Amino acid sequence: MKQPLALRVVLHALAILVAVIILAPILWLLLVSVSTTTHLTTLPFEWIPEKLNFDNYAKLTTLEPNSRGEMFLYAMRNTALVAFGATAIALCAAIPAAWSFSRSKGGQSNLLYVVVATYMLPPVALIVPLFAFLNGLGLLNTKTGLMLVDCSIVLPFTTWLLKSNFDNISHEIEEAAFVDGASMLTVLRSVTLPMAKPALATVVLFSILLVWDEFFYAFILTNDDRSQTLTVAIANLASGRVSDYGLLATAGILTALPPLIIGILLQRALVSGLAQGGVKG
Amino acid sequence: MIAPLAVGVLIIVGWPFLDTIWMSFTSAHLTQYTGDWVGLDNYIRAFRSPQVRGALATTIFFVALTVSLELVLGVLVALLLDQPLYGRRFFRALLILPWALPTVVNAMSWRLIYNPDFGGLNAFLTQIGLLDSYQSWLGSPATAIYAIAVADIWKTVPLVAMITLAALQGVPREQLEAAHIDGASPWSRFKTVTMPAIVGPLMVAAVLRTIEGVKVFDIVWVMTRGGPANSTKTMSIQVYQEAFSNFRAGSGASQGLLIVLVSLILINVYVALLRRQGAQ
Repeated sequence: MKQPLALRVVLHALAILVAVIILAPILWLLLVSVSTTTHLTTLPFEWIPEKLNFDNYAKLTTLEPNSRGEMFLYAMRNTALVAFGATAIALCAAIPAAWSFSRSKGGQSNLLYVVVATYMLPPVALIVPLFAFLNGLGLLNTKTGLMLVDCSIVLPFTTWLLKSNFDNISHEIEEAAFVDGASMLTVLRSVTLPMAKPALATVVLFSILLVWDEFFYAFILTNDDRSQTLTVAIANLASGRVSDYGLLATAGILTALPPLIIGILLQRALVSGLAQGGVKG
Repeated sequence: MIAPLAVGVLIIVGWPFLDTIWMSFTSAHLTQYTGDWVGLDNYIRAFRSPQVRGALATTIFFVALTVSLELVLGVLVALLLDQPLYGRRFFRALLILPWALPTVVNAMSWRLIYNPDFGGLNAFLTQIGLLDSYQSWLGSPATAIYAIAVADIWKTVPLVAMITLAALQGVPREQLEAAHIDGASPWSRFKTVTMPAIVGPLMVAAVLRTIEGVKVFDIVWVMTRGGPANSTKTMSIQVYQEAFSNFRAGSGASQGLLIVLVSLILINVYVALLRRQGAQ
Protein backbone atom coordinates (compact mmCIF):
# COMPACT_ATOMS: atom_id res chain seq x y z
CA MET A 1 0.00 0.00 0.00
CA LYS A 2 1.77 3.12 -1.19
CA GLN A 3 0.91 6.24 0.74
CA PRO A 4 0.44 9.60 -0.98
CA LEU A 5 3.08 12.21 -0.12
CA ALA A 6 0.67 14.51 1.75
CA LEU A 7 -0.37 11.65 4.04
CA ARG A 8 3.25 10.74 4.69
CA VAL A 9 4.04 14.33 5.68
CA VAL A 10 1.06 14.43 8.07
CA LEU A 11 1.99 11.10 9.63
CA HIS A 12 5.56 12.25 10.22
CA ALA A 13 4.35 15.52 11.70
CA LEU A 14 2.08 13.60 14.08
CA ALA A 15 4.88 11.25 15.10
CA ILE A 16 7.11 14.24 15.85
CA LEU A 17 4.29 15.77 17.90
CA VAL A 18 4.02 12.54 19.92
CA ALA A 19 7.79 12.56 20.47
CA VAL A 20 7.69 16.19 21.64
CA ILE A 21 4.84 15.47 24.06
CA ILE A 22 6.71 12.47 25.48
CA LEU A 23 9.96 14.39 25.87
CA ALA A 24 8.61 17.75 27.05
CA PRO A 25 8.00 16.93 30.75
CA ILE A 26 11.38 15.19 31.01
CA LEU A 27 13.17 18.10 29.33
CA TRP A 28 11.32 20.52 31.62
CA LEU A 29 12.57 18.59 34.63
CA LEU A 30 16.11 18.74 33.24
CA LEU A 31 15.75 22.46 32.55
CA VAL A 32 14.52 23.21 36.08
CA SER A 33 17.33 21.12 37.54
CA VAL A 34 20.01 23.29 35.91
CA SER A 35 18.23 26.63 36.47
CA THR A 36 18.56 29.05 39.35
CA THR A 37 15.38 30.14 41.13
CA THR A 38 16.02 33.67 39.85
CA HIS A 39 16.03 32.42 36.29
CA LEU A 40 12.88 30.39 36.83
CA THR A 41 10.87 33.21 38.35
CA THR A 42 11.92 35.93 35.92
CA LEU A 43 9.11 36.77 33.53
CA PRO A 44 8.73 36.42 30.65
CA PHE A 45 10.33 33.05 30.96
CA GLU A 46 13.46 32.38 28.89
CA TRP A 47 13.34 28.79 27.67
CA ILE A 48 17.09 28.58 27.18
CA PRO A 49 19.04 29.50 30.31
CA GLU A 50 22.05 31.78 29.81
CA LYS A 51 24.26 29.47 31.75
CA LEU A 52 23.79 25.99 33.14
CA ASN A 53 23.93 25.69 36.86
CA PHE A 54 24.99 22.28 38.14
CA ASP A 55 25.07 23.31 41.82
CA ASN A 56 22.01 21.20 42.60
CA TYR A 57 23.71 18.07 41.35
CA ALA A 58 26.70 18.85 43.55
CA LYS A 59 24.41 19.52 46.52
CA LEU A 60 22.68 16.17 46.19
CA THR A 61 25.81 14.10 45.74
CA THR A 62 27.59 15.13 48.90
CA LEU A 63 27.67 13.18 52.13
CA GLU A 64 28.26 16.25 54.29
CA PRO A 65 26.48 15.68 57.63
CA ASN A 66 22.91 17.05 57.85
CA SER A 67 22.93 18.23 54.25
CA ARG A 68 20.17 17.57 51.76
CA GLY A 69 22.69 15.47 49.88
CA GLU A 70 23.21 13.18 52.83
CA MET A 71 19.46 12.72 53.22
CA PHE A 72 19.06 12.06 49.51
CA LEU A 73 21.93 9.58 49.26
CA TYR A 74 20.68 7.73 52.34
CA ALA A 75 17.27 7.52 50.73
CA MET A 76 18.84 6.17 47.56
CA ARG A 77 20.80 3.59 49.52
CA ASN A 78 17.64 2.60 51.42
CA THR A 79 15.70 2.26 48.19
CA ALA A 80 18.39 0.11 46.60
CA LEU A 81 18.64 -2.14 49.67
CA VAL A 82 14.88 -2.55 49.93
CA ALA A 83 14.61 -3.23 46.20
CA PHE A 84 17.33 -5.89 46.22
CA GLY A 85 16.16 -7.39 49.50
CA ALA A 86 12.51 -7.65 48.52
CA THR A 87 13.50 -9.09 45.14
CA ALA A 88 15.75 -11.71 46.73
CA ILE A 89 13.14 -12.76 49.29
CA ALA A 90 10.39 -12.84 46.69
CA LEU A 91 12.44 -14.94 44.27
CA CYS A 92 13.14 -17.57 46.95
CA ALA A 93 9.40 -18.14 47.20
CA ALA A 94 8.45 -17.41 43.59
CA ILE A 95 10.95 -19.62 41.74
CA PRO A 96 9.96 -22.99 43.22
CA ALA A 97 6.28 -22.06 43.15
CA ALA A 98 6.36 -20.81 39.56
CA TRP A 99 8.18 -23.95 38.48
CA SER A 100 5.65 -26.10 40.23
CA PHE A 101 2.73 -24.19 38.67
CA SER A 102 4.33 -24.57 35.27
CA ARG A 103 5.00 -28.31 35.56
CA SER A 104 1.85 -29.53 37.25
CA LYS A 105 -1.39 -29.94 35.42
CA GLY A 106 -3.76 -30.20 38.35
CA GLY A 107 -5.75 -27.77 40.43
CA GLN A 108 -2.68 -25.89 41.61
CA SER A 109 -3.40 -23.24 39.02
CA ASN A 110 -6.26 -21.98 41.19
CA LEU A 111 -3.70 -20.93 43.75
CA LEU A 112 -1.76 -19.12 41.03
CA TYR A 113 -4.87 -17.10 40.21
CA VAL A 114 -5.39 -16.30 43.86
CA VAL A 115 -1.81 -14.99 44.08
CA VAL A 116 -2.21 -12.90 40.93
CA ALA A 117 -5.59 -11.64 42.14
CA THR A 118 -4.01 -10.23 45.31
CA TYR A 119 -2.74 -7.48 43.03
CA MET A 120 -6.31 -6.19 43.00
CA LEU A 121 -6.30 -5.45 46.70
CA PRO A 122 -5.57 -1.80 47.39
CA PRO A 123 -2.72 -1.32 49.87
CA VAL A 124 -5.05 0.82 52.00
CA ALA A 125 -7.13 -2.30 52.64
CA LEU A 126 -4.10 -4.09 54.15
CA ILE A 127 -2.12 -1.32 55.74
CA VAL A 128 -3.55 -1.12 59.27
CA PRO A 129 -2.94 -4.81 60.13
CA LEU A 130 0.48 -4.63 58.46
CA PHE A 131 1.28 -1.50 60.45
CA ALA A 132 0.27 -3.23 63.69
CA PHE A 133 2.12 -6.40 62.69
CA LEU A 134 5.42 -4.59 62.01
CA ASN A 135 4.93 -2.51 65.13
CA GLY A 136 4.57 -5.70 67.17
CA LEU A 137 7.75 -7.12 65.70
CA GLY A 138 9.63 -3.85 66.23
CA LEU A 139 10.07 -3.55 62.46
CA LEU A 140 8.33 -0.21 61.94
CA ASN A 141 10.65 2.28 60.29
CA THR A 142 13.13 -0.40 59.25
CA LYS A 143 14.29 -1.48 55.84
CA THR A 144 13.63 -5.13 56.74
CA GLY A 145 10.00 -4.40 57.53
CA LEU A 146 9.47 -2.51 54.30
CA MET A 147 11.22 -5.29 52.34
CA LEU A 148 8.83 -7.90 53.71
CA VAL A 149 5.77 -5.80 52.98
CA ASP A 150 6.97 -4.90 49.48
CA CYS A 151 7.07 -8.63 48.74
CA SER A 152 3.28 -8.42 48.56
CA ILE A 153 3.67 -6.25 45.46
CA VAL A 154 6.54 -8.18 43.93
CA LEU A 155 5.34 -11.75 44.48
CA PRO A 156 2.31 -11.80 42.16
CA PHE A 157 4.33 -10.37 39.27
CA THR A 158 7.47 -12.44 39.67
CA THR A 159 5.46 -15.64 40.08
CA TRP A 160 3.34 -14.92 37.03
CA LEU A 161 6.27 -13.84 34.82
CA LEU A 162 8.43 -16.78 35.90
CA LYS A 163 5.61 -19.23 35.33
CA SER A 164 5.07 -18.01 31.77
CA ASN A 165 8.82 -18.24 31.16
CA PHE A 166 9.12 -21.74 32.60
CA ASP A 167 6.25 -22.75 30.32
CA ASN A 168 8.51 -22.02 27.36
CA ILE A 169 11.37 -24.21 28.59
CA SER A 170 11.27 -27.77 27.32
CA HIS A 171 10.43 -30.47 29.84
CA GLU A 172 12.48 -33.17 28.14
CA ILE A 173 15.87 -32.41 29.65
CA GLU A 174 14.26 -32.24 33.09
CA GLU A 175 12.61 -35.60 32.54
CA ALA A 176 15.94 -37.13 31.61
CA ALA A 177 17.46 -35.79 34.83
CA PHE A 178 14.56 -37.22 36.85
CA VAL A 179 15.10 -40.62 35.21
CA ASP A 180 18.73 -40.41 36.34
CA GLY A 181 17.43 -40.09 39.89
CA ALA A 182 17.96 -36.37 40.50
CA SER A 183 15.72 -34.70 43.10
CA MET A 184 13.31 -31.89 42.28
CA LEU A 185 15.54 -29.25 43.82
CA THR A 186 18.60 -30.52 41.94
CA VAL A 187 16.73 -30.48 38.66
CA LEU A 188 15.43 -26.99 39.32
CA ARG A 189 18.84 -25.68 40.35
CA SER A 190 21.09 -27.33 37.81
CA VAL A 191 18.84 -27.89 34.81
CA THR A 192 15.93 -25.45 34.67
CA LEU A 193 17.38 -22.29 36.21
CA PRO A 194 20.50 -22.18 34.00
CA MET A 195 18.21 -22.40 30.97
CA ALA A 196 16.00 -19.66 32.39
CA LYS A 197 18.83 -17.20 33.07
CA PRO A 198 17.71 -14.47 30.65
CA ALA A 199 14.16 -14.73 31.97
CA LEU A 200 15.43 -14.51 35.53
CA ALA A 201 17.39 -11.38 34.75
CA THR A 202 14.27 -9.79 33.31
CA VAL A 203 12.21 -10.73 36.33
CA VAL A 204 14.83 -9.31 38.70
CA LEU A 205 14.89 -5.99 36.82
CA PHE A 206 11.08 -5.78 36.80
CA SER A 207 10.96 -6.47 40.47
CA ILE A 208 13.53 -3.77 41.24
CA LEU A 209 11.52 -1.35 39.12
CA LEU A 210 8.35 -2.15 41.07
CA VAL A 211 9.98 -1.55 44.44
CA TRP A 212 11.80 1.57 43.24
CA ASP A 213 8.42 3.00 42.27
CA GLU A 214 6.63 1.99 45.46
CA PHE A 215 5.31 4.89 47.52
CA PHE A 216 2.37 4.05 49.75
CA TYR A 217 3.90 1.42 52.04
CA ALA A 218 7.17 3.32 52.32
CA PHE A 219 5.23 6.48 53.14
CA ILE A 220 3.32 4.85 55.99
CA LEU A 221 5.86 2.39 57.32
CA THR A 222 9.02 4.53 57.35
CA ASN A 223 9.53 8.03 58.67
CA ASP A 224 13.14 9.07 58.89
CA ASP A 225 16.53 8.88 57.20
CA ARG A 226 17.24 5.42 58.53
CA SER A 227 14.76 3.75 56.22
CA GLN A 228 12.94 6.41 54.22
CA THR A 229 13.05 5.68 50.48
CA LEU A 230 13.50 8.00 47.51
CA THR A 231 9.82 8.27 46.64
CA VAL A 232 9.03 9.38 50.19
CA ALA A 233 11.95 11.81 50.24
CA ILE A 234 10.76 13.37 46.98
CA ALA A 235 7.14 13.57 48.10
CA ASN A 236 8.28 15.34 51.27
CA LEU A 237 10.48 17.74 49.33
CA ALA A 238 7.69 18.39 46.82
CA SER A 239 5.00 19.19 49.34
CA GLY A 240 7.20 21.10 51.74
CA ARG A 241 7.32 24.86 51.86
CA VAL A 242 10.81 24.74 50.43
CA SER A 243 10.87 26.71 47.22
CA ASP A 244 14.09 25.15 46.02
CA TYR A 245 12.57 23.83 42.81
CA GLY A 246 15.92 23.22 41.17
CA LEU A 247 16.94 20.88 43.95
CA LEU A 248 13.61 19.06 43.74
CA ALA A 249 13.94 18.59 39.98
CA THR A 250 17.49 17.34 40.41
CA ALA A 251 16.35 14.79 42.99
CA GLY A 252 13.72 13.68 40.48
CA ILE A 253 16.23 13.27 37.68
CA LEU A 254 18.65 11.29 39.85
CA THR A 255 15.82 9.10 41.16
CA ALA A 256 14.55 8.45 37.66
CA LEU A 257 17.94 7.55 36.19
CA PRO A 258 18.23 3.92 37.39
CA PRO A 259 14.65 3.01 36.36
CA LEU A 260 15.09 4.72 33.00
CA ILE A 261 18.26 2.73 32.37
CA ILE A 262 16.48 -0.47 33.43
CA GLY A 263 13.55 0.47 31.20
CA ILE A 264 15.79 0.85 28.19
CA LEU A 265 17.49 -2.47 28.98
CA LEU A 266 14.10 -4.13 29.35
CA GLN A 267 12.63 -2.73 26.17
CA ARG A 268 12.69 -6.00 24.25
CA ALA A 269 11.58 -8.19 27.14
CA LEU A 270 8.84 -5.73 27.96
CA VAL A 271 7.41 -5.81 24.48
CA SER A 272 7.26 -9.59 24.42
CA GLY A 273 5.92 -9.64 27.98
CA LEU A 274 3.23 -7.18 26.95
CA ALA A 275 2.30 -9.45 24.08
CA GLN A 276 1.64 -12.17 26.68
CA GLY A 277 -0.30 -9.77 28.85
CA GLY A 278 1.76 -10.34 31.96
CA VAL A 279 3.13 -6.93 32.80
CA LYS A 280 2.19 -4.27 35.29
CA GLY A 281 0.67 -1.07 33.98
CA MET B 1 7.46 -26.31 46.26
CA ILE B 2 4.53 -23.98 46.58
CA ALA B 3 4.63 -23.80 50.36
CA PRO B 4 6.97 -20.79 50.73
CA LEU B 5 4.85 -18.73 48.35
CA ALA B 6 1.60 -19.82 49.95
CA VAL B 7 2.87 -19.06 53.45
CA GLY B 8 4.34 -15.72 52.37
CA VAL B 9 1.17 -14.55 50.66
CA LEU B 10 -0.89 -15.73 53.60
CA ILE B 11 1.19 -13.69 56.04
CA ILE B 12 1.58 -10.46 54.12
CA VAL B 13 -1.70 -10.42 52.18
CA GLY B 14 -4.18 -13.04 53.35
CA TRP B 15 -4.04 -12.40 57.06
CA PRO B 16 -3.99 -8.57 56.81
CA PHE B 17 -6.95 -8.73 54.45
CA LEU B 18 -8.99 -10.97 56.74
CA ASP B 19 -8.03 -8.78 59.69
CA THR B 20 -9.20 -5.71 57.76
CA ILE B 21 -12.55 -7.40 57.12
CA TRP B 22 -12.86 -8.22 60.81
CA MET B 23 -11.83 -4.71 61.82
CA SER B 24 -14.41 -3.17 59.53
CA PHE B 25 -17.11 -4.47 61.88
CA THR B 26 -15.45 -3.02 64.97
CA SER B 27 -14.72 0.37 66.42
CA ALA B 28 -10.95 -0.33 66.33
CA HIS B 29 -8.74 2.68 66.97
CA LEU B 30 -5.34 2.98 65.32
CA THR B 31 -3.43 3.06 68.59
CA GLN B 32 -5.64 0.74 70.65
CA TYR B 33 -5.90 -1.93 68.09
CA THR B 34 -8.87 -3.83 69.50
CA GLY B 35 -12.33 -2.34 69.37
CA ASP B 36 -15.91 -3.30 70.11
CA TRP B 37 -18.08 -5.14 67.64
CA VAL B 38 -20.34 -2.58 65.99
CA GLY B 39 -21.92 -4.66 63.23
CA LEU B 40 -22.61 -2.76 60.05
CA ASP B 41 -22.28 0.68 61.65
CA ASN B 42 -19.07 1.59 59.85
CA TYR B 43 -20.55 0.66 56.49
CA ILE B 44 -23.78 2.53 57.11
CA ARG B 45 -21.86 5.61 58.19
CA ALA B 46 -19.56 5.31 55.18
CA PHE B 47 -22.52 5.26 52.78
CA ARG B 48 -24.06 8.26 54.53
CA SER B 49 -20.86 10.26 54.70
CA PRO B 50 -20.63 13.01 52.07
CA GLN B 51 -16.83 12.67 52.30
CA VAL B 52 -16.91 9.01 51.29
CA ARG B 53 -19.51 9.59 48.60
CA GLY B 54 -17.48 12.43 47.21
CA ALA B 55 -14.32 10.33 47.20
CA LEU B 56 -16.14 7.45 45.50
CA ALA B 57 -17.48 9.77 42.83
CA THR B 58 -14.06 11.35 42.30
CA THR B 59 -12.43 7.93 42.01
CA ILE B 60 -14.95 6.65 39.49
CA PHE B 61 -14.73 9.87 37.49
CA PHE B 62 -10.92 9.69 37.51
CA VAL B 63 -10.91 6.04 36.40
CA ALA B 64 -13.47 6.59 33.64
CA LEU B 65 -11.66 9.67 32.34
CA THR B 66 -8.14 8.29 32.41
CA VAL B 67 -8.76 4.68 31.34
CA SER B 68 -10.95 5.62 28.38
CA LEU B 69 -8.59 8.32 27.12
CA GLU B 70 -5.56 6.11 27.69
CA LEU B 71 -7.08 3.31 25.63
CA VAL B 72 -8.20 5.53 22.76
CA LEU B 73 -5.02 7.61 22.58
CA GLY B 74 -2.85 4.54 23.10
CA VAL B 75 -4.40 2.76 20.14
CA LEU B 76 -4.12 5.90 17.98
CA VAL B 77 -0.44 6.32 18.85
CA ALA B 78 0.17 2.62 18.15
CA LEU B 79 -1.55 2.81 14.76
CA LEU B 80 0.54 5.88 13.96
CA LEU B 81 3.82 4.23 14.96
CA ASP B 82 2.85 1.13 12.98
CA GLN B 83 3.03 3.18 9.78
CA PRO B 84 6.19 3.20 7.66
CA LEU B 85 7.94 6.23 9.20
CA TYR B 86 11.51 7.48 9.07
CA GLY B 87 12.99 6.91 12.52
CA ARG B 88 10.17 4.59 13.52
CA ARG B 89 12.45 2.66 15.87
CA PHE B 90 13.38 5.88 17.64
CA PHE B 91 9.75 6.93 18.06
CA ARG B 92 8.88 3.50 19.43
CA ALA B 93 11.85 3.51 21.78
CA LEU B 94 10.66 6.79 23.31
CA LEU B 95 7.52 5.03 24.56
CA ILE B 96 9.54 3.32 27.27
CA LEU B 97 10.49 6.59 28.99
CA PRO B 98 7.15 7.57 30.59
CA TRP B 99 6.55 3.96 31.58
CA ALA B 100 9.89 3.71 33.40
CA LEU B 101 9.72 7.14 35.04
CA PRO B 102 8.76 6.56 38.69
CA THR B 103 5.19 7.69 39.39
CA VAL B 104 6.25 9.99 42.21
CA VAL B 105 8.84 11.69 39.98
CA ASN B 106 6.20 12.01 37.28
CA ALA B 107 3.78 13.61 39.71
CA MET B 108 6.47 15.97 40.99
CA SER B 109 7.58 17.05 37.53
CA TRP B 110 3.99 17.83 36.54
CA ARG B 111 3.71 19.88 39.72
CA LEU B 112 6.61 21.89 38.40
CA ILE B 113 4.96 22.16 34.99
CA TYR B 114 1.72 23.44 36.55
CA ASN B 115 3.50 25.71 39.04
CA PRO B 116 1.57 28.99 39.33
CA ASP B 117 4.70 31.16 39.59
CA PHE B 118 6.95 29.87 36.87
CA GLY B 119 5.47 26.63 35.53
CA GLY B 120 6.19 25.59 31.96
CA LEU B 121 2.51 25.33 31.07
CA ASN B 122 1.78 28.91 32.14
CA ALA B 123 4.90 30.21 30.38
CA PHE B 124 4.05 28.36 27.19
CA LEU B 125 0.36 29.31 27.10
CA THR B 126 0.95 33.00 27.87
CA GLN B 127 3.79 33.28 25.37
CA ILE B 128 1.70 31.87 22.52
CA GLY B 129 -1.15 34.14 23.59
CA LEU B 130 -3.67 31.55 24.78
CA LEU B 131 -3.57 32.74 28.37
CA ASP B 132 -3.62 36.25 29.84
CA SER B 133 -2.15 35.52 33.23
CA TYR B 134 -0.58 32.65 35.13
CA GLN B 135 -3.10 30.14 36.51
CA SER B 136 -2.94 27.89 39.53
CA TRP B 137 -3.87 24.67 37.75
CA LEU B 138 -3.56 22.45 40.80
CA GLY B 139 -4.85 25.10 43.18
CA SER B 140 -8.26 25.44 41.63
CA PRO B 141 -10.98 22.84 42.28
CA ALA B 142 -12.22 23.21 38.71
CA THR B 143 -8.97 22.17 37.05
CA ALA B 144 -7.02 20.09 39.58
CA ILE B 145 -8.51 16.69 38.77
CA TYR B 146 -7.98 17.23 35.03
CA ALA B 147 -4.41 18.35 35.66
CA ILE B 148 -3.74 15.10 37.53
CA ALA B 149 -5.49 13.10 34.82
CA VAL B 150 -3.18 14.63 32.20
CA ALA B 151 -0.12 13.52 34.18
CA ASP B 152 -1.56 10.01 34.52
CA ILE B 153 -2.48 9.86 30.84
CA TRP B 154 0.97 11.08 29.79
CA LYS B 155 2.55 8.22 31.72
CA THR B 156 0.17 5.51 30.58
CA VAL B 157 -0.70 6.18 26.93
CA PRO B 158 2.77 4.96 25.89
CA LEU B 159 2.22 1.70 27.78
CA VAL B 160 -1.10 1.11 26.02
CA ALA B 161 0.60 2.00 22.74
CA MET B 162 3.33 -0.58 23.40
CA ILE B 163 0.74 -3.24 24.22
CA THR B 164 -1.19 -2.40 21.07
CA LEU B 165 1.94 -2.34 18.92
CA ALA B 166 2.86 -5.80 20.18
CA ALA B 167 -0.66 -7.02 19.38
CA LEU B 168 -0.66 -5.35 15.96
CA GLN B 169 2.12 -7.72 14.91
CA GLY B 170 -0.54 -10.44 14.96
CA VAL B 171 -2.82 -8.64 12.51
CA PRO B 172 -3.09 -10.58 9.25
CA ARG B 173 -1.56 -8.18 6.70
CA GLU B 174 -3.00 -10.09 3.71
CA GLN B 175 -6.50 -9.54 5.04
CA LEU B 176 -5.83 -5.81 5.36
CA GLU B 177 -4.55 -5.74 1.77
CA ALA B 178 -7.52 -7.76 0.55
CA ALA B 179 -9.97 -5.47 2.34
CA HIS B 180 -8.15 -2.47 0.84
CA ILE B 181 -8.45 -3.88 -2.67
CA ASP B 182 -12.14 -4.62 -2.06
CA GLY B 183 -12.54 -0.93 -1.37
CA ALA B 184 -13.26 -1.16 2.37
CA SER B 185 -12.89 2.19 4.17
CA PRO B 186 -10.04 2.61 6.67
CA TRP B 187 -12.56 2.59 9.52
CA SER B 188 -14.20 -0.66 8.43
CA ARG B 189 -10.76 -2.22 7.82
CA PHE B 190 -9.84 -1.25 11.38
CA LYS B 191 -13.08 -2.57 12.81
CA THR B 192 -13.19 -5.92 11.03
CA VAL B 193 -9.52 -6.88 10.68
CA THR B 194 -7.40 -4.95 13.19
CA MET B 195 -9.72 -4.68 16.16
CA PRO B 196 -10.31 -8.43 16.72
CA ALA B 197 -6.53 -8.95 16.89
CA ILE B 198 -5.91 -6.29 19.53
CA VAL B 199 -9.07 -6.45 21.61
CA GLY B 200 -7.78 -9.19 23.94
CA PRO B 201 -4.57 -7.44 25.03
CA LEU B 202 -6.47 -4.13 25.24
CA MET B 203 -8.98 -5.70 27.60
CA VAL B 204 -6.14 -6.91 29.81
CA ALA B 205 -4.73 -3.39 29.78
CA ALA B 206 -8.15 -1.95 30.61
CA VAL B 207 -8.55 -4.29 33.57
CA LEU B 208 -5.06 -3.57 34.91
CA ARG B 209 -5.45 0.18 34.47
CA THR B 210 -8.86 0.11 36.14
CA ILE B 211 -7.46 -1.74 39.15
CA GLU B 212 -4.60 0.74 39.38
CA GLY B 213 -6.99 3.65 38.94
CA VAL B 214 -9.45 2.54 41.59
CA LYS B 215 -6.67 2.30 44.18
CA VAL B 216 -4.75 5.37 43.00
CA PHE B 217 -2.87 7.11 45.77
CA ASP B 218 0.67 8.21 44.92
CA ILE B 219 0.15 10.51 41.92
CA VAL B 220 -2.73 12.33 43.63
CA TRP B 221 -1.01 12.57 46.97
CA VAL B 222 2.15 14.09 45.55
CA MET B 223 0.31 16.51 43.27
CA THR B 224 -2.50 17.80 45.52
CA ARG B 225 -2.88 15.67 48.67
CA GLY B 226 -6.53 15.40 47.70
CA GLY B 227 -7.13 19.14 47.63
CA PRO B 228 -8.10 21.82 46.85
CA ALA B 229 -11.41 21.59 48.72
CA ASN B 230 -11.29 17.76 48.43
CA SER B 231 -11.78 18.07 44.67
CA THR B 232 -9.15 15.42 43.97
CA LYS B 233 -9.67 13.23 47.03
CA THR B 234 -9.85 9.64 45.86
CA MET B 235 -10.95 6.65 47.94
CA SER B 236 -7.41 5.65 48.90
CA ILE B 237 -6.73 9.12 50.25
CA GLN B 238 -10.04 9.11 52.11
CA VAL B 239 -9.18 5.76 53.71
CA TYR B 240 -5.67 6.90 54.58
CA GLN B 241 -7.03 10.01 56.30
CA GLU B 242 -9.73 8.09 58.14
CA ALA B 243 -7.30 5.49 59.47
CA PHE B 244 -4.12 7.50 59.96
CA SER B 245 -5.25 11.10 60.54
CA ASN B 246 -8.51 10.42 62.38
CA PHE B 247 -7.14 7.17 63.88
CA ARG B 248 -10.44 5.41 63.11
CA ALA B 249 -8.99 2.11 61.94
CA GLY B 250 -12.30 0.22 61.90
CA SER B 251 -14.12 2.82 59.90
CA GLY B 252 -11.12 3.15 57.56
CA ALA B 253 -11.15 -0.61 57.04
CA SER B 254 -14.79 -0.58 55.96
CA GLN B 255 -14.05 2.21 53.48
CA GLY B 256 -10.97 0.37 52.18
CA LEU B 257 -13.15 -2.63 51.46
CA LEU B 258 -15.44 -0.40 49.41
CA ILE B 259 -12.48 0.06 47.04
CA VAL B 260 -12.17 -3.70 46.71
CA LEU B 261 -15.89 -3.89 46.00
CA VAL B 262 -15.67 -1.25 43.26
CA SER B 263 -12.71 -3.10 41.70
CA LEU B 264 -14.62 -6.37 41.76
CA ILE B 265 -17.69 -4.85 40.11
CA LEU B 266 -15.67 -3.20 37.37
CA ILE B 267 -13.62 -6.34 36.69
CA ASN B 268 -16.80 -8.40 36.41
CA VAL B 269 -18.14 -5.91 33.89
CA TYR B 270 -14.96 -6.29 31.84
CA VAL B 271 -15.02 -10.07 32.02
CA ALA B 272 -18.65 -10.08 30.89
CA LEU B 273 -17.74 -7.78 28.00
CA LEU B 274 -14.82 -10.01 27.08
CA ARG B 275 -17.04 -13.11 27.15
CA ARG B 276 -19.58 -11.44 24.89
CA GLN B 277 -16.79 -10.39 22.54
CA GLY B 278 -15.54 -13.99 22.51
CA ALA B 279 -19.02 -15.36 21.83
CA GLN B 280 -19.46 -13.28 18.73
